[in-house]
Amino acid sequence: MTALGTKPCPKLTRPAGAPVYLDYQATTPCDPRVVETMLPWFTEKFGNPHSRNHRYGWEAEEAVELAREQIAAVIGADPKEVIFTSGATESNNLALKGVAHFYREKKNHIITVVTEHKCVLDTCRYLEQEGFKVTYLPVQTNGLIDMAELEAAITDQTAIVSVMAVNNEIGVIQPIAEIGALCRKKGAFFHTDCAQAVGKIPLDVNAMNIDLMSISAHKLYGPKGIGALYVRRRPRVRLVPLITGGGQERGMRSGTLPTPLCVGFGEACAIAKAEMAAESQRLTDLRNRLLGGLRQRLPEIYVNGDLDNRIPGNLNVSFAFVEGEGLMMGVKELAVSSGSACTSASLEPSYVLRALGVDVEMAHTSLRFGLGRFTTGEDIDFAIDHIVDAVEHLRAMSPLWDMHLEGVDIKSIEWAEH
Amino acid sequence: MAYSEKVIDHYEHPRNVGALDKDDGAVGTGLVGAPACGDVMKLQIKVSAEGIIEDAKFKTFGCGSAIASSSLVTEWVKGKTLDEAAAIKNTDIAQELALPPVKIHCSVLAEDAIKAAIADYRKKSGKEEAAE
Repeated sequence: MTALGTKPCPKLTRPAGAPVYLDYQATTPCDPRVVETMLPWFTEKFGNPHSRNHRYGWEAEEAVELAREQIAAVIGADPKEVIFTSGATESNNLALKGVAHFYREKKNHIITVVTEHKCVLDTCRYLEQEGFKVTYLPVQTNGLIDMAELEAAITDQTAIVSVMAVNNEIGVIQPIAEIGALCRKKGAFFHTDCAQAVGKIPLDVNAMNIDLMSISAHKLYGPKGIGALYVRRRPRVRLVPLITGGGQERGMRSGTLPTPLCVGFGEACAIAKAEMAAESQRLTDLRNRLLGGLRQRLPEIYVNGDLDNRIPGNLNVSFAFVEGEGLMMGVKELAVSSGSACTSASLEPSYVLRALGVDVEMAHTSLRFGLGRFTTGEDIDFAIDHIVDAVEHLRAMSPLWDMHLEGVDIKSIEWAEH
Repeated sequence: MAYSEKVIDHYEHPRNVGALDKDDGAVGTGLVGAPACGDVMKLQIKVSAEGIIEDAKFKTFGCGSAIASSSLVTEWVKGKTLDEAAAIKNTDIAQELALPPVKIHCSVLAEDAIKAAIADYRKKSGKEEAAE
């Protein structure tokens, strides 16, 4: 375990020819400081943290419990309220199915939002098939929910309200404290998917009245394959477990804990907590540099989602008249993602952008830029140059750009949709 | 998604990007696809007095496969008669570019673009065939 703040943030060197990584909402590299703390727990300290009979077990248990404290500290929780899982997908499943099943005799209603991650939406669909009623709240054009609509949707049958803190595509931050206060007042549990939020924005489960919170390690420079679910003890939230067995994690999630992953997750939280304020400022500056550089050199570009209520490391931009996948091919020196249909298995453009009311044409032209701990100013300048070149090249061969220059309204044309 | 070398070549070095005068009687213009679907192709052909396609230009809004498909067909139609050009099948385009199944619609669109350009030319020149 490292003493906090004693080790400066290391630099990660990119292999020759590898693209500049600007996809930090998809995943983050493991911080080398995190990897360092994990290593002994693979080899010499390999004990089962649930072995009570010898030193191997004791030291592993101690390490896991320290990690639990580090995770609890970044969200203002008690360590006993942190349940290790395999990641945010499992945490979201456990929160929703666990609460729905435990309280099904009393309540049968769930509220969530149309822009949630697929693992929340799909779990809600599953629960609908079991007979639960689910309300999918719309969002406003800035990507945020309307509190009045949420209030109107909550009934005495509402078991749980699930609203993500930070959206993975557009980075917007929902009014979590207000939602928490409302749910507490109305007597519904409040679950929030914080996979994109923990370590990025200040969170406090008590101040924000959060009853359940899903966390993922690999979104905050920890290892893949581990996450956590915060489950409030007072007032107590009860769950039916998804995984049964040896009764680990207070019976809510059986299975031997992966000590190295727990240790890395804990260290990642400790680093994020210590560096959050400074990192937040640094990333805001980088994002402003990116957006400013693009806006200065390219007309007809549009930011998707609220720019003020947004994590610093996200920018989602539509480049009108240039299709997103074609654009990604033109910026192969960058690792970014697109809301274009062509990049999705379903051939549908981003449901998140559509929910904001972004025209389907514009949704096809969007790119998501994810900035993070190892992004440099040089990376941003490099990205701006390549994006500008690619957009100009593609607009020069876009029939829609020509029409735009001729003053033709593309919506006035009767297109044969195929 | 990994692209074939031919798709990358056409994307990076597109052949015959540009426009012909759509008001020229010898020019046929085809505009197919829809912005809402993520691809729009504009294909133009210039037809000689002998009925041979002597020039072709395209502009495309779309993914790499859509750009490559339209670039390829501009190469293919040049020097062909209208009937020969109209016989180009989307499967030929897909095969030449090694398009994966999810990208077959790009080749379909390119075939539609040729047919639309030919139909436009025939309509303008009064050579519309009874069958069409």
